[in-house]
Amino acid sequence: MRVYQFTEQAYYPAWKDHAGSLRINLPNSKLDPTTAGELFNRYYDEWQVADDIGLDIMLNEHHQTATCLSSTVVVGLSIMARITKKARLLVLGYPLGHRPDPLRCAEELSTIDVVSGGRLDMGFVKGVPYEFPASNQNPVGVMDRLWEAHDFILKAMSHRGEPFNWEGEYFHYRQVNIWPRPIQQPHPPLWSTTNSKNNAYALGEKGYVIATLGSGYGTRPLYDAYRQGYYKTHRKAPGADRFAYLGLVAVAHDESEARRRGDLIADYLRTSAIVHIPYRNPPGYLSIEDNAKILKGFKQPRGTAKDGRPVDIYTCSVQDLVDAGILFCGTPDQVYKQIVEFCEYCGGMGNLLMMGQAGYLNHADTVDNLTLFAKEVMPRLQAWKQSVAEVAAA
Amino acid sequence: MSGTTDAHSSLVVAGVKIELIERGQGNPRARPILLLHPNIGIEPAAPVLDALAKGGRVIAPTHPGFGASQLPKGMNSIDDLSYFYLDLMEQLDLRDVLLVGVGIGGWLACEIAVKTTERIDRLVLGNPLGIKVGDRETRDIFDIWSITQPEIDALAYFDPSIAKRDYNALPEADVLAAARNREATARVAWSPYMHNPKLLARLRRIDVPVLILWGTADRIVLNSGYGRAYAAAIPGARLETIERAGHYPHIEQPDEFARRTLAFAEQKQQAKASA
Repeated sequence: MRVYQFTEQAYYPAWKDHAGSLRINLPNSKLDPTTAGELFNRYYDEWQVADDIGLDIMLNEHHQTATCLSSTVVVGLSIMARITKKARLLVLGYPLGHRPDPLRCAEELSTIDVVSGGRLDMGFVKGVPYEFPASNQNPVGVMDRLWEAHDFILKAMSHRGEPFNWEGEYFHYRQVNIWPRPIQQPHPPLWSTTNSKNNAYALGEKGYVIATLGSGYGTRPLYDAYRQGYYKTHRKAPGADRFAYLGLVAVAHDESEARRRGDLIADYLRTSAIVHIPYRNPPGYLSIEDNAKILKGFKQPRGTAKDGRPVDIYTCSVQDLVDAGILFCGTPDQVYKQIVEFCEYCGGMGNLLMMGQAGYLNHADTVDNLTLFAKEVMPRLQAWKQSVAEVAAA
Repeated sequence: MSGTTDAHSSLVVAGVKIELIERGQGNPRARPILLLHPNIGIEPAAPVLDALAKGGRVIAPTHPGFGASQLPKGMNSIDDLSYFYLDLMEQLDLRDVLLVGVGIGGWLACEIAVKTTERIDRLVLGNPLGIKVGDRETRDIFDIWSITQPEIDALAYFDPSIAKRDYNALPEADVLAAARNREATARVAWSPYMHNPKLLARLRRIDVPVLILWGTADRIVLNSGYGRAYAAAIPGARLETIERAGHYPHIEQPDEFARRTLAFAEQKQQAKASA
């Protein structure tokens, strides 16, 4: 199993000073640039620690938000490419749906791959709903645009010889010939996220790594849809390395200390949904059928515990988060068992995207959290032989 | 959307099947009135349909992508829709059309008319969108995707209570149609927001008489000079206001809207007769 350390790089000093929205329309007067600089450097330091102790690294970006300072993930990736030595550098996600210029994307990502010595993993995503008003890219048709950008970037990275031409539905280039081209051939590995079975199936067909974020004990149906799509094109079951799961992790020698850390990390969930209501569902982001359900007042359940009990992950207790497979929390032994149990439920899961820092968890606690995990949990996970689920009948 | 399928007929234009409402079909030689709906679509129960049918045969299509009308691949702008309606008028061989459009339907009517007025007798625009009037840092039109539906209704209507829908009590087809209307509007008007930067300069090409009816309670349009700017850009266009109506004057004051529209059309008939 690989373990990627992830933090949203929050600007938590603004978390208690908002008028119902931490994203998009929270005025940037709430941000002190000097403090932002200190936080960025602290988070980079923690990723450097992660590299030193054998963890991989995951970065992302969001826009106009106190929940995530990283609005240009290429900057964080560039710094990581330079200051770390061994860690894989996963960008998840790189929001193609918000990007007007995939040529620039191909150039940025190839450069990261080259500078890092071929350590980049590319997680292409459409982007979160509330950021379409910020990027002003049309949420209607975003999946078509995403797949055209994806096709273009892979072609730009893998093409050799004379410059090529691209006159698509959304993007237009001529004389395409990117410098540098990536070290990893034909292109760095691809990942994506989804919480829909249709998209999971499509990712399976392509064989990309599927990541689900905080899907807890609702994950298995997505993975099974992936398995079916994978089987269709590969005629075999996918290995555990094709599956990734983002979970919150709080570990300490003392269980009550682990719970305290877990509670601080869970503030990520408690703040992530504080968004001006109209920005939560821009037109075209969800399907017509889902929007019709919303018109009729349907609310998507936000989490499911092991026993099937619905859990509101934005407001529930630490114990509920543990029960729902959202948070792995406790002593090293407890955390190991929770992760193994979750992987068995998933039918195999080979990439833990570990949110080992969030919100108010300070630097010393974060370093201790990561170090303890790397020393006492990860070796056991790596020694553990996962059984891999066969493909269920379609 | 109280529409049921039997309240609509369907039509295939250039391979695209759309739904449409027809009224006043008894006299095939009556003046064709082509009504282009705004972002919220058009309901078969809308009183304006019968009110307009007193002066001609009303054809009220649902734009491709809206309601239950098909969406062909690649059709994603008001400009695309304008070509669709040029095809529709040609296919039905409509002549001397009284072209009526409200909101983005008014914008659409102008995008058609700047191309050709060959089949158009005159235009009536109800609170048309589609042009850029203010400076680059001043929105002419409220960002409807930054507010909730009740807030949109409060700005769009003189009396927002008539916009209320109990979606749990409506047929599923109508709920789906409402969801499609919202998506279809964003498809054609997300960016540039609710306008075509080139339209204002093209409006001078409209060479048929134009009446703009402006519901004075429209607060979706933020720029108080918007209707006047529209009228000033179209040679000879007349601007009239309708009280107790917002962005959808054909819904809130259907009789007044139809009366003014048909009176405007009659003036032409008289002018022709005396010429």
